[in-house]
Amino acid sequence: MAITTVPGTTRRPGRPAPYPPGPRRAGLGRKVRDNLTGHAFLIGAVLCFVVFSWYPMVRGVVMSFQRTRRGETTWVGWDNYARIIDDPSFWTAWKNTFYFTLLALVLGYAVPFFVAILLNEFRHAKGYLRILVYLPVMLPPASALFLFKFYAYDPSEAGLFNAILTALHLPTSEWMQSPGMTMPAMVLASTWMNMGSAVLIYLAALQNIPGELYEAAELDGAGVWRRIVNVTVPQTRLILALLAMLQIVATMQLFIEPLILANGAGTGDSATSVAYLIYQHGFFQNDLNGAAALGVIMLVVLAGFSAVYVRLTAKQD
Amino acid sequence: MAQDSGTRTLISQAQFRRGRGRMIYWTLLAVVVVGFTLVFIGPLYWMVTGALKSGQEIAQTPPSLFPKDPQPQNYVDAWTNLNLAKLLFNTFYYATGAVLFQLVLDTAAAYSLSKLRPVFGNVILGLMLATLMIPAMVLIVPQYVTVIDLPILHLNLLDSPFAIWLPLVANAFNIFLLKRFFDSIPEDLMAAALMDGATPLRTLWSIVLPMSRPILGVVSIFAVTAVWKDFLWPKLVMPSPETRTVSVGIYAFSGGTPMNVVIAASVIAAIPTVIIFLIFQRNIMSGLTTGSLKG
Repeated sequence: MAITTVPGTTRRPGRPAPYPPGPRRAGLGRKVRDNLTGHAFLIGAVLCFVVFSWYPMVRGVVMSFQRTRRGETTWVGWDNYARIIDDPSFWTAWKNTFYFTLLALVLGYAVPFFVAILLNEFRHAKGYLRILVYLPVMLPPASALFLFKFYAYDPSEAGLFNAILTALHLPTSEWMQSPGMTMPAMVLASTWMNMGSAVLIYLAALQNIPGELYEAAELDGAGVWRRIVNVTVPQTRLILALLAMLQIVATMQLFIEPLILANGAGTGDSATSVAYLIYQHGFFQNDLNGAAALGVIMLVVLAGFSAVYVRLTAKQD
Repeated sequence: MAQDSGTRTLISQAQFRRGRGRMIYWTLLAVVVVGFTLVFIGPLYWMVTGALKSGQEIAQTPPSLFPKDPQPQNYVDAWTNLNLAKLLFNTFYYATGAVLFQLVLDTAAAYSLSKLRPVFGNVILGLMLATLMIPAMVLIVPQYVTVIDLPILHLNLLDSPFAIWLPLVANAFNIFLLKRFFDSIPEDLMAAALMDGATPLRTLWSIVLPMSRPILGVVSIFAVTAVWKDFLWPKLVMPSPETRTVSVGIYAFSGGTPMNVVIAASVIAAIPTVIIFLIFQRNIMSGLTTGSLKG
């Protein structure tokens, strides 16, 4: 694009020159007009943020201290919180959610990193492998979960996983019917659906590592494992920390997996998650205020995780 | 993204070329290609062919690899019984609207924050980015309450497409992505346009947007897939059978429908996003990595 910036060539009369840059020499009226234009461009998006994001945030906190019955709203202090915590499902839901988050960290966090390291070494079929890993991310989660529910986790030997286990002469599992397997099965499905994004982000980060570092490490006699630990991990630590944080936030909101795979609560409450409890209270037990209180509790817990994250990453630099 | 073969990675080029290294490399590559194909395409194959099996065949042990007596009727049943045409049309309609609203409003906002820089612009940007820290599940209840009785206007947006379109505009990630791209457009260009007497709108339309096609593509693709994949929000704000999205519709029918038909419907629901992915995979992957890396 050829654009000449010779000052004063096609300047129209009556318009003050905004160029050359430097301290703006515009008058007050001009400044006000510029600002108004700027805000006019912003107003649509800002209104959407106000109505659908900022206001609901405040309203959620306010609602958690109120109770609405037959159209009348009263302040009830901590009553909603007390009621929510008294619910026997409350602690089960937190236990399940933490268990899911932890399992998902072990499986869904380490696996994509090593997959990315592996893919980064290949000189062939890179594009194909990348497409494969990301493909499940593009499926509607409901579609993918029905596949797991009906075909993969079929508790009889006609199910895909049990057929594979039988062929390998391994004991089969009841999957979602067995309380002990419910969480691992949900983590497996969730990891399969979501790991593609993490792999791609790691791959991009790995490509930014200067090759000389590996060169130097190799000259110093470091083997492959040592090179991963002493070069790859430190060089990608910010991305590693960021994705750990994002993954914790995402997995703590576990919802659609229990809803579809376990019909909500699962066998013996083994699948109930905090997000599912919010949904239950808000939209089935006619307790929007209790659901709001639960939402605030979740926000506080996640803010705690964020604080730890900020602490840890700040220390590293 | 493309990596030239000269770049040094974990293992050196020389090691790959030597006899033993080369053998290990090709063996590992073969194992990974076959393994990944099984892990990531296998379930999809199972899904597409499983939906072709009869109810009897799907229950047999061990399961058959190919449908012995293919029943395309399952797909036909899914299409007619679940009214998939209507569900797909709804989803497509919401996705198109979401793209338009996001492109117009988010682009305008990002342009203002990047180039016009009005007072308090940075405060507004900060408040927008802060919403990235707030999990969607925390907001679901107050958002729902807001949508069924919009403040001041007292409108009920249930079953209205605006209940999907407008909340999606409040997407800090998109605004951040667009703003970062606009930031890289040289100020000289903007100054030149201003000198030629172009209004900010004219500058946006004739200079900034034509240069920003790649990022506009990325934002559009993300908008489409977000609508297509979303579940809980459309389930809540589109309660009528006539306004449901395809995922919610299949879920609603999953209880009383034979499972092969549910799977057939799931396959059909997944086709549009898979096609979008195969066409635009380059843009999607680059958008994903630029957005998250170079903050």
